Amino acid sequence: MIRVVLPYHLRTLARVDAEVQLDVKGPVTQRSILDALEARYPMLAGTIRDHVTQQRRPFLRFFACGEDLSFESPDAPLPDKIASGEEPFLVIGAIAGG
Amino acid sequence: MSRVRVLVGTRKGAFILTSDGKRAKWKVSGPYFAGWEIYHVKGSPVDPNRLYVSQTSSWFGQIIQRSDDGGKTWFQPGTPPGEPTTTPDGMPKGESNKFVYDTSPETGKPLTTHQWYDGTQHPWEFKRVWHLEPSLTDPDTVYAGVEDAALFRTTDGGKSWHELAGLRGHGTGPKWSPGAGGMGLHTILLDRENSNRMYIAISAAGVFRTDDAGKTWKPVNRGLTSQYIPDPNAEVGHCVHRIAMHPSRPDVLFMQKHWDVTRSDNAGESWREVSGNLPTDFGFVVDVHAHEPDTIYVVPIKSDSEHFPPDGKLRVYRSRTGGNEWDALTKGLPQKDCYVNVLRDAMAVDSLDSCGIYFGTTGGQVYASSDGGDSWNAIVHHLPAVLSVEVQTLK
Repeated sequence: MIRVVLPYHLRTLARVDAEVQLDVKGPVTQRSILDALEARYPMLAGTIRDHVTQQRRPFLRFFACGEDLSFESPDAPLPDKIASGEEPFLVIGAIAGG
Repeated sequence: MSRVRVLVGTRKGAFILTSDGKRAKWKVSGPYFAGWEIYHVKGSPVDPNRLYVSQTSSWFGQIIQRSDDGGKTWFQPGTPPGEPTTTPDGMPKGESNKFVYDTSPETGKPLTTHQWYDGTQHPWEFKRVWHLEPSLTDPDTVYAGVEDAALFRTTDGGKSWHELAGLRGHGTGPKWSPGAGGMGLHTILLDRENSNRMYIAISAAGVFRTDDAGKTWKPVNRGLTSQYIPDPNAEVGHCVHRIAMHPSRPDVLFMQKHWDVTRSDNAGESWREVSGNLPTDFGFVVDVHAHEPDTIYVVPIKSDSEHFPPDGKLRVYRSRTGGNEWDALTKGLPQKDCYVNVLRDAMAVDSLDSCGIYFGTTGGQVYASSDGGDSWNAIVHHLPAVLSVEVQTLK
């Protein structure tokens, strides 16, 4: 079971109040996690990555196991601790200015 | 007894203000979608409990929300959670927040660029929905004006959106350019007497009209003069801030341009200035009295850089002659130290016998007049900056 931590506003949109747990078929990558996330929560389509280009939205970054994976290939395998559910996959929004 | 429901979009959420026909006591509901920019909230003229919301964020993009019970509950009208996002034959189902520009060959000229600030060509990039205009006849049909400027339509209650690509494809698209606030399609006017006719306005391109329900379009900007563009009388490039019409007289249009208040008496074929004695002809809003087609309202703003009222006095100006002769309306409005702005979608009128006028400010006030503008009250004082105001008159 893959664990995903979403920013507050996306948790509100998805109507969940804690981290999300997903079944991911095949290799565990950024793309397969986001595909599974959007399949279960269709209202999140387009909020994390662009509908067409599938590029990560500029104000968001991806972290796992203390590493910034934002610029890794979306098809690169994620660490085993993510695949096993020991560690969550984090979607982090940029801090608002002010 | 009639009631009114005021739909307010702000920088940090939506609010619904309700009152009976006296419009003396108000109930404030919200914030809905707290923390998100709500560019626009508008109800269907056919089914007033059907509300549509444009909810946007620099972080998370565009969301469309819908209510079928007058704002008590909300949902995104795409595929419900947990249901497959594709049909059994693999086709995508509704994605209510998906706005993708049409590049199909049948649009004739699928455009990929418009003019950028420096005069170079720049790719069209979807940013947000500025304005939602529900159909006059079908609660499931809504038009959406977006940035970068284009017109989309849903016919399934917001589940899916498709571009009316004839607007961008008609030929002048590469000459459109953004203003400082972006290149938004901000005004959509539907003609009650001719279901094939529609007007839209874009900053900074101008006004465009279709006479075949959105298939083909033409610019209708003759008579506009804009000294801030290379050819002041160009066919396109004018920074139109807002246009308005009275439903009973759809060939007469009123415009608040970046500079100049103008009117057209021939469905946009030509325009003439009616700024008259206004203290400044810059501003954003313009609207028309519900029962008097020649009574119009604007809020003059000092300049295009200062964006606050002249002399720190918040004044609505009313013309009962369709322009040129204007009276300042001040009773109940702050007449000193007021430096708020009133944005282009932030004025509306109700249709009660004594017409109500409403506007919201960037300071978070929503002012209402229940006597056609003679006197005003702030019905709420401390909202986030107001982006849009719409009013529903409910039986």
